[in-house]
Amino acid sequence: MSIAPGLQPESWHLLTLLDRAPGLHALADTLADLVDEGHPILAGTADLKYSNGLVRFQERHPDHYVQFGISEQHMVSTAAGLATTGWQPHVATFASFLALLACEQIRTDVAYTRLPVRLIGHHAGITLGYYGTSHHATEDLAITRSIAGLTVIAPADAAQLRSALRAATDWPGPIYFRIGRGQDPDVYDHDDRGFTIGRAIEHSTGSDLTIIATGSMVHPALSAAAVLEAEGISTGVLDMHTVKPLDADAVSRAAARSGVILTVEEHSVLGGLGGAVAEVVAGHGHGARVVRHGLRDEYALVGPPTHLYRHYGLDTDGIVHAARTALG
Amino acid sequence: MTVVKRDPQRDLADLIDTISERALFARLETVRLISIAKTGHYASGFSCAEILATLYYGVMRLRRGEPDWPERDRFLFGKGHAAATLYPLLADWGFFDPRELDEYTRLGNAFGDHPDMTRIPGIDFSSGSLGHALSTGTGIALGTRMRGYDSNVFVLLGDGELHEGQIWEAALGAAHHQVSNLIAIVDRNDHSLDGRIDTVTGIEPLEDKWRAFGWQAHRVDGHDVAALLALLRSVVADTARTSPVVIIADTVKGKGISYMEAEFGWHLGWLAEQDERNAIEELRRGR
Repeated sequence: MSIAPGLQPESWHLLTLLDRAPGLHALADTLADLVDEGHPILAGTADLKYSNGLVRFQERHPDHYVQFGISEQHMVSTAAGLATTGWQPHVATFASFLALLACEQIRTDVAYTRLPVRLIGHHAGITLGYYGTSHHATEDLAITRSIAGLTVIAPADAAQLRSALRAATDWPGPIYFRIGRGQDPDVYDHDDRGFTIGRAIEHSTGSDLTIIATGSMVHPALSAAAVLEAEGISTGVLDMHTVKPLDADAVSRAAARSGVILTVEEHSVLGGLGGAVAEVVAGHGHGARVVRHGLRDEYALVGPPTHLYRHYGLDTDGIVHAARTALG
Repeated sequence: MTVVKRDPQRDLADLIDTISERALFARLETVRLISIAKTGHYASGFSCAEILATLYYGVMRLRRGEPDWPERDRFLFGKGHAAATLYPLLADWGFFDPRELDEYTRLGNAFGDHPDMTRIPGIDFSSGSLGHALSTGTGIALGTRMRGYDSNVFVLLGDGELHEGQIWEAALGAAHHQVSNLIAIVDRNDHSLDGRIDTVTGIEPLEDKWRAFGWQAHRVDGHDVAALLALLRSVVADTARTSPVVIIADTVKGKGISYMEAEFGWHLGWLAEQDERNAIEELRRGR
């Protein structure tokens, strides 16, 4: 592999991934804890229990675990059937295969029926870097966001994932959880008890610029804000963990106090967080500009994820650069 | 006190009569509902009328007026486009007021061409998009079993529906998980929208295919109520079964109306007034 100077190669095979993926431990361990606490949770996957860590759940609760094999559509529809009998199924697979391959099953069997199924799309965005376009999920937010009645949550780190899974236990309808490869750096240093579905976390407010980020982009957005602040640019950061229902009030407040809103997502700029925020700002006025930062109308290159983040400006430097450009 | 000694043979004959009468009722109601909607699926409903009536009056464990009874048997209509033939039977079970069907397909009415579980009591799962029901049925069968109920889940599939890949994902999965309380019935009326199945995409030999996937497979005349009843009851009575079961029910698309039986184009249609009267006559006569 030829790599750019200063970049380290990544050893990154799926079967060795788990040891270095606290975010995936958070998924399996939280679900297993919830079973211990009496929640009617089932967990299943489509031949990816090592990739998403559910092997740890299976060890603790084999009777609450279902292996579906490589049949994502069947898995989603079966989860819907299970939900009609009082269970709360959590089914997990790569985000690309969940949101794209099983899109119609999600829409018709899970969302239209308003069943409490939890769809866990992991390795979202470009976290499966050199596996190529088939494994990249850069459309999943746009797809799931347009499905009526489906809640869409993209936690920023392991702690927030734990909080989100817990908050979801009494959420009545279906939820799509968008998570990465479980290796996002910590944003929150403990279980984030203040987590509320649909309410953004306001890290800071700024009069020049507000960065609204979701999922894996919250951490670099915070770092970028620190750099910008040091340059004298008044910068706010919103963690928009719930992409739908979007916290329109938080967006509106940000638009009222900042001239520019920069949305940052590990996703296409078409129809994801940026689209959602732009829809709110267009509706509420306030005269703010919305600049959407993410992948353009393109398929991501092949490469190790951190290299791709640098290439597409989805790291601290890239976000700082996008902010400066947005501010003119 | 007088004790009436029951004659099991007589009871069975009465039941078969009742089921046949309910199948006719379902066909007549189908004609009435499509008349309200001014388009609908006559032929697909007619091919499975005996199957539906046999399940609902001779096989399934249900409680009158209690569509959500947790221990009930479930019915999933894979070929949901024939819902107009099912609704009258659900009304008959007291799951909703039959007069609600008078507004069939009108703006905002719960009853459309495909069944909606969120609005229609007694619909155990919504359908319409082909290929999903064997999976949702697998989920319900697993879910009830894990809850400790001995419910059976019946899934009626169209033969054209077997073209969908998800059917075979479900066939693999249900066999692997030994979902023995799942009973699929294939309405083998030999036609999909574009013509005879074997000219669209061939599916035979069907029993061999299902057996190769690990299912117990049977074949039956889907209009012979006595045969359907005997087979379904023997499957249900076999509590030692360890695999899911499929029944290939050979049927005639448009069964009961001569020109619909002869012409596959009746998948979707609407009988104008005089034709409708003739159709009702033909159905009543039993040809």
